[in-house]
Amino acid sequence: MTSDTSASLSISVTELTKTYGKVFALNRVSIDVKAGEFLTLLGPSGSGKTTLLMAIAGFNRPDSGRICFGHEDVTVLPPHKRGVGMVFQNYALFPHMSVFENVAFPLKLRKIPADEKHQRVTEALQTVQLSDFAERGIDQLSGGQRQRVALARAFVFGPKILLMDEPLSALDKKLREEMQIELKQLHRQLGVTTVYVTHDQREALTMSDRIAIIDHGELAQIGTPREIYNAPANHFVASFIGESSFFPLTKNKSGTLHYAGVSVGKVPNRAMHENWTLVIRPERLSLHATKTSKNTDKIYFSGKITELVYQGETVIVMMIMEDGHNLTARMNTRAGNDVDSLRVRQNLLVGIDKQDVIIIPGEAS
Amino acid sequence: MQWWKSSASETQITHGQRLWLYCLAFIIMCLLVIPTVIVIPMSFSDSQYLEFPPQNWSLRWYDEYLDTPRWMNATATSFKVATLTMLVATPFGTMAAYGLFVSGGRLGKIVFFLLMTPMIVPVILIAIGTFYVFGKMGIVNSILGLVLAHTVLSVPIVMIIITSALRTYDLNQERVAQSLGSTRFRAFFEITLPQLKFSVLTAALLAFLTSFDEVIISIFLSGGGNSTLTKQMFSALRDYIDPTIAAISTLMILLSTGLMLGLQLFGDKTTEE
Repeated sequence: MTSDTSASLSISVTELTKTYGKVFALNRVSIDVKAGEFLTLLGPSGSGKTTLLMAIAGFNRPDSGRICFGHEDVTVLPPHKRGVGMVFQNYALFPHMSVFENVAFPLKLRKIPADEKHQRVTEALQTVQLSDFAERGIDQLSGGQRQRVALARAFVFGPKILLMDEPLSALDKKLREEMQIELKQLHRQLGVTTVYVTHDQREALTMSDRIAIIDHGELAQIGTPREIYNAPANHFVASFIGESSFFPLTKNKSGTLHYAGVSVGKVPNRAMHENWTLVIRPERLSLHATKTSKNTDKIYFSGKITELVYQGETVIVMMIMEDGHNLTARMNTRAGNDVDSLRVRQNLLVGIDKQDVIIIPGEAS
Repeated sequence: MQWWKSSASETQITHGQRLWLYCLAFIIMCLLVIPTVIVIPMSFSDSQYLEFPPQNWSLRWYDEYLDTPRWMNATATSFKVATLTMLVATPFGTMAAYGLFVSGGRLGKIVFFLLMTPMIVPVILIAIGTFYVFGKMGIVNSILGLVLAHTVLSVPIVMIIITSALRTYDLNQERVAQSLGSTRFRAFFEITLPQLKFSVLTAALLAFLTSFDEVIISIFLSGGGNSTLTKQMFSALRDYIDPTIAAISTLMILLSTGLMLGLQLFGDKTTEE
């Protein structure tokens, strides 16, 4: 009832399957996007994230499964009746129209009277800070400006759902980071349900309320950026989001897991897996001299430095553990960390807070 | 420094070293242009026969062309057939090119190839084939038959031009238009077609010229009151040679180059906008 009057609609994708020949582009994917949420579909290229977005937009018809906007089943509704705003990777602006005409296009289709049309286009252009560009041609705009026009065109008609397919990937790094913040602010301002596709994990972490990670046509994990980063569900998620080192764990009879003779924790509840892997994020580590007194909140492993990479704000410390596994630590270069005294081939102790330990099922391939 | 020792481009090659290229290019251009241009002075000859260079100048062969009903009829037929061919081949070729480009797939490739065959098969075969088929259908020596056969020849040309234009066109524009509330039909006409405008115009013009300049099929399929200009010229060449042919050729060269030049100018203007 409220969904029809508010600025946004929820999206409910149920058991969606799409095959191309014998290949599953989507395999029984179910995702619920809350009204007003910013959800990112994250995955490597070919993972099926774009197929899912196109199914939500109505450009491909799933083999089975359902898509609902609010309470309305839109699975077989043609795209022009879905009323979703859409932004494509390459903007897809209409080069034979001015900026104003581009933004006015959806209003023209809806037969909005000229006065109101003019007002709404002007407002939309103000929102994306392009008020002075209304009469420009598309070829007179920079990449960032084109991106803004495409955005304005997508939300000017007041859609309750906004879909974006890698909209920032054509921009250079600095502009992309600025636009990420702007998009986030715009989303807060409009309050419209947004589904955003990207293969850039940092972009996903920066912008999203929740992230859905898609791999080989299946939903690998869905959760807030913090949940995904701090508690990855499996090896794929752990390696795709952030940097990680992986160590195989051995299980003893009482159900505790060990690496290199050190107990790192218990087998998580309800888990039936045989093999377990320890995941260590590089920035969660501390480095100590070999004879440091140990803190009981921490777990320690001993290793040897194989390479040091200075990167300004951090130093990457690559180490080899006693059993031959590699471990990477990322140390902040502030004075207290004393990273300048580190030397290649130096033996040391690596410490990690028990809270920062991540254990995932499966082997550490 | 002499010009042939100066470098021709950013590379170290001098104009002198490139001399053979310049000569070759010049010879090729001459071979391309001279056979076409040579009829122009011949058409202004006073002589009964085709001769070069003409001894005396006159416009009598232009008068001959304009005053003979047979030539005038043939000219009218040619324009009628070429215009109708253009009007049929352009929309059909454009629709086929768009449909096959968008749908893709194996079947699409096969259909595309089939529609291209008139460009690969010798025209004489098409002429003989259509002559027999159209004979059975009773449309030999009719405008309809000519237009149909010329359309078969023109559609591949239209398709090649439109397909190559679509290759550089971003079909996401149509998707965006649909997501913004436009039907696919409307998206094509409001978003895609305006951007293909120049290519469609080029295709239409080439379809017109394909029909207008076509000889072989016209020899088989046109006759009597519905002879095309080219068919009439061919018969005239066979029966008696006089410079009227040169006069008509000159006018046809003028028409073709005029249309192409106009298109180029128009094209430049639209791309500048």
